[in-house]
Amino acid sequence: MSVPVELKYTESHEWVRLEADGGVTVGITQHAQELLGDMVFVQLPDVGRTLAQREDCAVVESVKAASDIYAPLGGEVIAVNSEVETSPEKINEDCYTAWLFKLKPANAGEIDGLLDASGYQKLLDSEAH
Amino acid sequence: MPFIPHTEEDVAEMLASIGAKSIDELFDEIPADLKTGKLTQVPPGLSEMEISRLMYERAQQDGFYLSFIGAGAYEHHIPAAVWQITTRGEFYSSYTPYQAEASQGTLQLLYEYQTMMASLTGMDVSNASLYDGASALAEAALMAVRQHRTSRRILVPQTVHPVYRNVMRTIVRNQAIEVVEVPYDPATGQVAIDTLDQFAQEEFAALIIPQPNFFGVLEQVDALTDWAHDKQSLAVAVVNPVSLAMLKPPGEWGRRGADIAVGEGQPLGIPLSSGGPYFGFMTCKQELVRQMPGRIIGRTTDLEGKEGFALTLQAREQHIRRSKATSNICTNQGLMVTAATIYMSLLGPEGLYRVAAHSHANTVALIEQLEKLPGVKKAFHSPFFHEAALQLSVPADKVLNRLKAQGVLGGVLLENHYPDLKNTLLVCATETKTAEDLDKYTEVLRQALAASA
Amino acid sequence: MLIFEHSRKNRRNYSQAPATRPAKNNIPDNLKRKSTLLLPEVSEMDTVRHYTRLSQKNFSIDTEFYPLGSCTMKYNPRACNSLAMLPQFLSRHPLAPEDTGQGFLACMYELQEILKDVTGMAAVSLTSMAGAQGELIGITMIRAYHEAHGDTERTEIIIPDAAHGTNPATAVMCGYKVIEIPTNRDGDVDMDALKAAVGPKTAGLMLTNPSTLGVFEKKVAEMSRIVHAAGGLLYYDGANLNAVLGKVKPGDMGFDVIHMNLHKTFSTPHGGGGPGAAPVGVGERLLPYLPVPIVAHEQGVYRWLTEKDRPQTIGRLSAHMGNAGVLLRAYIYVRLLGAEGMHRISEYATLNANYLMAELRKLGFEIAYPNRRASHEFIVTMKEIKDRTGVTAMNLAKRLLDKGFHAPTTYFPLLVPECLLIEPAETESKETLDRFVAAMKEILDEIATQPDMVKAAPHDMPLRKIDDVKAARELDLVWDPAG
Repeated sequence: MSVPVELKYTESHEWVRLEADGGVTVGITQHAQELLGDMVFVQLPDVGRTLAQREDCAVVESVKAASDIYAPLGGEVIAVNSEVETSPEKINEDCYTAWLFKLKPANAGEIDGLLDASGYQKLLDSEAH
Repeated sequence: MPFIPHTEEDVAEMLASIGAKSIDELFDEIPADLKTGKLTQVPPGLSEMEISRLMYERAQQDGFYLSFIGAGAYEHHIPAAVWQITTRGEFYSSYTPYQAEASQGTLQLLYEYQTMMASLTGMDVSNASLYDGASALAEAALMAVRQHRTSRRILVPQTVHPVYRNVMRTIVRNQAIEVVEVPYDPATGQVAIDTLDQFAQEEFAALIIPQPNFFGVLEQVDALTDWAHDKQSLAVAVVNPVSLAMLKPPGEWGRRGADIAVGEGQPLGIPLSSGGPYFGFMTCKQELVRQMPGRIIGRTTDLEGKEGFALTLQAREQHIRRSKATSNICTNQGLMVTAATIYMSLLGPEGLYRVAAHSHANTVALIEQLEKLPGVKKAFHSPFFHEAALQLSVPADKVLNRLKAQGVLGGVLLENHYPDLKNTLLVCATETKTAEDLDKYTEVLRQALAASA
Repeated sequence: MLIFEHSRKNRRNYSQAPATRPAKNNIPDNLKRKSTLLLPEVSEMDTVRHYTRLSQKNFSIDTEFYPLGSCTMKYNPRACNSLAMLPQFLSRHPLAPEDTGQGFLACMYELQEILKDVTGMAAVSLTSMAGAQGELIGITMIRAYHEAHGDTERTEIIIPDAAHGTNPATAVMCGYKVIEIPTNRDGDVDMDALKAAVGPKTAGLMLTNPSTLGVFEKKVAEMSRIVHAAGGLLYYDGANLNAVLGKVKPGDMGFDVIHMNLHKTFSTPHGGGGPGAAPVGVGERLLPYLPVPIVAHEQGVYRWLTEKDRPQTIGRLSAHMGNAGVLLRAYIYVRLLGAEGMHRISEYATLNANYLMAELRKLGFEIAYPNRRASHEFIVTMKEIKDRTGVTAMNLAKRLLDKGFHAPTTYFPLLVPECLLIEPAETESKETLDRFVAAMKEILDEIATQPDMVKAAPHDMPLRKIDDVKAARELDLVWDPAG
């Protein structure tokens, strides 16, 4: 299972990338994508909305399931990926390219509380049992 | 054993396979102190012949009447083919089409139904039905609140069916949604824009617009729809489906059309049956489709590209979304929709128009005749569809009893729901009434008025 | 081919609608319909053929074994339909005076009394039109009860994770927060989790018993004590009442409110997804809040109780009195069976389920709760088979269709991976169950020898596997004549 080392992760299977400008990009992991199956709908937060950490703010839907996406960090939504709204299958094709939204963190320190790749891998291993 | 095919030999073999000595042993996980279930109030079983006799007697006791009652449930002719096909076992005894490949009949029929209802109401999409008109209105109110996001208030004219308003309150109150009622104009029996303007400064998720309204009166739907849209509220139509063969459909009301249309599907081939089962319909604009509750059918293909149908947008629903579903609704009213779809197919656009037009014309003719009787006048001076309110100069309950004694059910009393409307009857004559029926009503009413005077 | 594609302009059925357009038309011009109405223009014979053909594309109880777990697909006796469709019953207007409907009301009153006996409750309202609406009524009454007692801090409903999706959806519709509690390895509610979950915020608990895992919740009496001690009320989801009819009564188990799905236990038709009916029974605590109308029998006369008689009622849930015709069918069904027949239902439903479970276990299928008795249904998990061969529960379900059996419920309950929830119902004979077992054996062999064939099922249905991903991505909900 692909777990890129440069990313951070949440226990609810979002990945987080810290960008050079201090913003963060959020998507769902390969594990989450496989579990959900063929994506048919994505609902993203409004740009400008302020989110608390772990607030549910987006939904990804497959034929058989729907999953809430939680804000990995608190902050303001500064961009959403409209491409996945029109073509949700992009998430199945490459979930690490098909990001969902970008946040400007209110407290950049929160990122240190997220899992790193090895921590997330351990979580996956434990869920498999 | 009624409806149980097992022979004694079967039971013995099955218990042996299980490794149990008796059927009773299969209940050994139920704590003994809870085994108090023995039925004491259920009478002994009847044979089919005996129950038939009992039911014939009870049906006969209720008999037949010449009925001019409407008020939300309407007597129309139902072609013989409708229920003969609907009660075929393959429709009657199947379930929700979870296994699409084994349910193409039900699924295709529902897709056809959705198409018919969308056209009838002038909207983009339809669901596969809800329980009844009243609960459909409640669901529309919840849907409007979800869509609107900022307001949790619904504006409802008192010309909306009083029981629908009651049902809506029962359901939405739980979610702290406020229902605000708008009084009607006592002269016209309509919602006046002037009255609505008193609410102009307040925010509402939706305005409910009935057409025809509970009094049978036609509302100024274009102005009402625009009023709602001008203040960023949704316009929710409550309509009679048969009337829409004649009347402008909700999708064409005002500048932008209503956003959601709901109503009671019973007039489309469903017998009156003491109130149910009927079905509620719901159609809406495309952009609201994901907020819609209930089953929705989509057309698609199979692996080999052949046309087929399946339940779709299921992630809105309770069996997947659980606590975040758009509604808790699970079943629709599948069998009723089967009947309605066959009914609409048999009638076609011209047939349905004639049913509507004759219902309208009969009521117009009846009201003209009755108005000539001394002590009878129309309660409202507005155009109506196939129902109208008549004010009597004498106690109306006594008049109704006299009519009943002559085999005529003369309408419903409005006073129960509208205390200001004393001695007022709501009267309906659908296409099922002949000129002789209208004359009979006129004559027995004349006699009843004379006797009551 | 859609019915619209059979349509020819100006083709009409002359006998079914009025022969002419009437002369009188007082509809103002600005309120008239101007747009065309997209209804088909087809003959009666074409309509009859079209919908008869469509019906033949359905599996149904009348044509196939239909072991859809949690749905109780039992035979629907024909007499129930034909007697409920007597013309006097069909033509009776819901607002017709009560004295013109004493025959009908007598049936409704007797049904209420029978359902009180079945549930051990103090009173029953027939108004609910489906199980989910019954739940809504129940939780709304629980809310009304707490509000009437000034107990406004109770904001949570506790629900086991095995529950039907309608339970949490209903609790949320009623403005409550859902507290989900887990199930232990044997399929019972985790009592420690329940004890930890209850408290001053608990409004109530919703429980299905036997649960959707096909087992009887043994500690139900203790659960009832725990929740009541915390000031909460207990809701019984009667979806699985078929399994315990005449054995236990929810009222005796301590429940305050129950709904029963008449389209399951009382054999009213499922109709391709409704109409249902789900009368609600209540104990003394919730009696004042029961929705109207309710039938009363006073001095030999039947009448509806309304808001005037019941000032604390939560109100109404349907425009009239619920699904009257469905209630009539249920009434006729009970009268045909009588007390003795009603007791037999749970016994033979349980016998059939345990037999099928035993036979499938012998074939090597993995039973999800192997140490338990089946109630009227049980769960097979395909997890090991899927891990080994890639064949899923859904693949097996589709292959069953090829063999002329409706599939069991798949992927519910959500907590058992790759599950098949199998409910044979009491009306099936041993031969039918044996044929089903034989088909399951064939599929097991096919999984061993040609798994890809099984994965590609169905093969022998009118259609191959439906593309539901396409259905969701390229929404086509309404036919467009322009193509």
